[in-house]
Amino acid sequence: MSTGEKFVQLIIAIALFLAVMAAVLVIADRVKSKRGELLQTTVFVLPAALMIALGLLYPGLRTIYESFRDANSTQFVGLENYQTIFTDGAQLTVLRNTAIWVLVTPVLATFIGLVYAILIDRSRFEKFAKSLIFLPMAISLVGASLIWKFVYDYRATENAQIGVLNELLKLVGIDTYRFLLTEPWNTMFLIVIMIWVQAGFAMTILSAAIKAIPDDIVEAAKLDGVSGTRMFRYITVPSIRPSLIVVLTTISIATLKVFDIVRTATGGNFETSVLAYEFYVQSFRSFNGGLGAALAVLIFILVIPIVVYNIRQMRRLEAR
Amino acid sequence: MTTTTPAPAVPSKKQQRANAAAESAHQKLSSPWASFAAIVIAVVWTVPTLGLFISSFRPEDDVKGSGWWTWFTNPSFTLDNYSAVLSGSDTDLATYFINSIVITLPSVVIPITLATMAAYAFAWMKFPGRDLLFVAVFAMQIVPIQVTMIPLLSLYVTPPFGLPSLAGSEAFGGGFYTIWLSHSIFALPLAIYLLHNFMKEIPAELVEAARVDGAGHVRIFTRIMLPLMTPSIAALGIFQFLWVWNDLLVALVFGGGNLDISPLTVRLAELSGTRGQDWHLLSAGAFVSLVVPLIVFLSLQRYFVRGLLAGSVKG
Repeated sequence: MSTGEKFVQLIIAIALFLAVMAAVLVIADRVKSKRGELLQTTVFVLPAALMIALGLLYPGLRTIYESFRDANSTQFVGLENYQTIFTDGAQLTVLRNTAIWVLVTPVLATFIGLVYAILIDRSRFEKFAKSLIFLPMAISLVGASLIWKFVYDYRATENAQIGVLNELLKLVGIDTYRFLLTEPWNTMFLIVIMIWVQAGFAMTILSAAIKAIPDDIVEAAKLDGVSGTRMFRYITVPSIRPSLIVVLTTISIATLKVFDIVRTATGGNFETSVLAYEFYVQSFRSFNGGLGAALAVLIFILVIPIVVYNIRQMRRLEAR
Repeated sequence: MTTTTPAPAVPSKKQQRANAAAESAHQKLSSPWASFAAIVIAVVWTVPTLGLFISSFRPEDDVKGSGWWTWFTNPSFTLDNYSAVLSGSDTDLATYFINSIVITLPSVVIPITLATMAAYAFAWMKFPGRDLLFVAVFAMQIVPIQVTMIPLLSLYVTPPFGLPSLAGSEAFGGGFYTIWLSHSIFALPLAIYLLHNFMKEIPAELVEAARVDGAGHVRIFTRIMLPLMTPSIAALGIFQFLWVWNDLLVALVFGGGNLDISPLTVRLAELSGTRGQDWHLLSAGAFVSLVVPLIVFLSLQRYFVRGLLAGSVKG
């Protein structure tokens, strides 16, 4: 397709959609009486409900069904796919990596975000300092991965370095290091990318929470002689606990589904694959539909308790 | 939030109160070490991007032969990398840039429109099964998109009832419809839920008064709700825009590896694999893809922060 044809498609799609919606609204508005009411309800709800039913509900149920069938969905295999995930060597590595990702990323990103929020709070450069940490949130994970791949770039020690980290190693007299290739630490260096992206989110939410702590509490604590790190531990952290939980769970959910970073930085090689990436590989590269479905269902099962907890905490936050 | 109010010369009582907690925590950590820590964090968060940015303006030999930090002592400048990635026959990012635009706009307009209408129905229309349906939509938020992908893809490739296939370059619309529809579907549950919450905050008297005056739902929706909802819709729209523009997985799966309709992210990820050492191209390519979200983000930051909590649960 040429550029012109693509824009024609773009305009057709948007114009057609808006024209149809407008026409339907006008017609629904014209029909009065009891029938009109029903027609209006249908017009407002049905398109979205239909798309959700066909695009989320049916495929979700279908995937759960497929996870109990073999690679080509020709026969029922019971729990075999799930058994593979929990016994096969390569799959166990995937599970191990996913566990490391989900344990390390939220904690470190939240911790860095919190410390930074407190450090720069009410400083002269607060707004600017915040934007610096926050900017990575706006860019794609593919872009973030490229940025860090360049930081990790490896050249043999005797050569001129172009990666910043290996240059630093060389400066202190250590041999250069293959950050993305050397197991098992390469997973940690991928996690750094996710922390780099998510810390800004943690910082923004927690900064707002800190500013919202009622002054009476702090004054009272001060009168009782509480100060310093004890103030931080006994007043600041408990006061922002709901926000802390929301931040931790939100980053956990994002981390559990991390795909772009692994694919761009290592392609899942060198024992760096995670659940969401392995799902992609099994489904679209190895064409093992059953195993891919089981991996997707596993992500689903793991994400449910975190999401439920997250939503409940968020509603509590909103209610305040 | 007190943070958004401009600071007056003399801080108000309220501001003093709100800031006291932060102040005391701040004081405890305000040692030289604390400042040092803040600077280290700021540097680690900035230098990686700066390095790639500088490299994108250095000639190929410089990028490959020396670290970007030598640029400060030995400056050089060229736009060759950008012209190479944008129009070079082997990278041709200009085409993918257009694909990203073509993918993103309908993927924002369609779900936000449908979600606004559905949210209105759930908030202000009375129909049997309304609450049950709303809870069902709400619950769909927890479905990871991975769980839906393969069955959804088969629906596109071989739709039931003899409908024409939507996938592949021969299909109606050149294959874009699969990506547009997928992004729209995935955006709906969260968008409906959030817009419903916002609409519920509008006083019921306003809607009831309009009903008494004989206005139908369509009129109330277009004349009252849409103008009142504009800030919320804008916030959600920006989020959806960034989400679609930065997406890799949906485009990979539903684009079916068809480079003719792939967005920038797919192309960049591929270049990172095949041209992994050509940092003069990768650096410029990365910034071609970053420029749009950065502009959107910087110019609409206040909406962004507002919708932040809500938007990041998605996907």
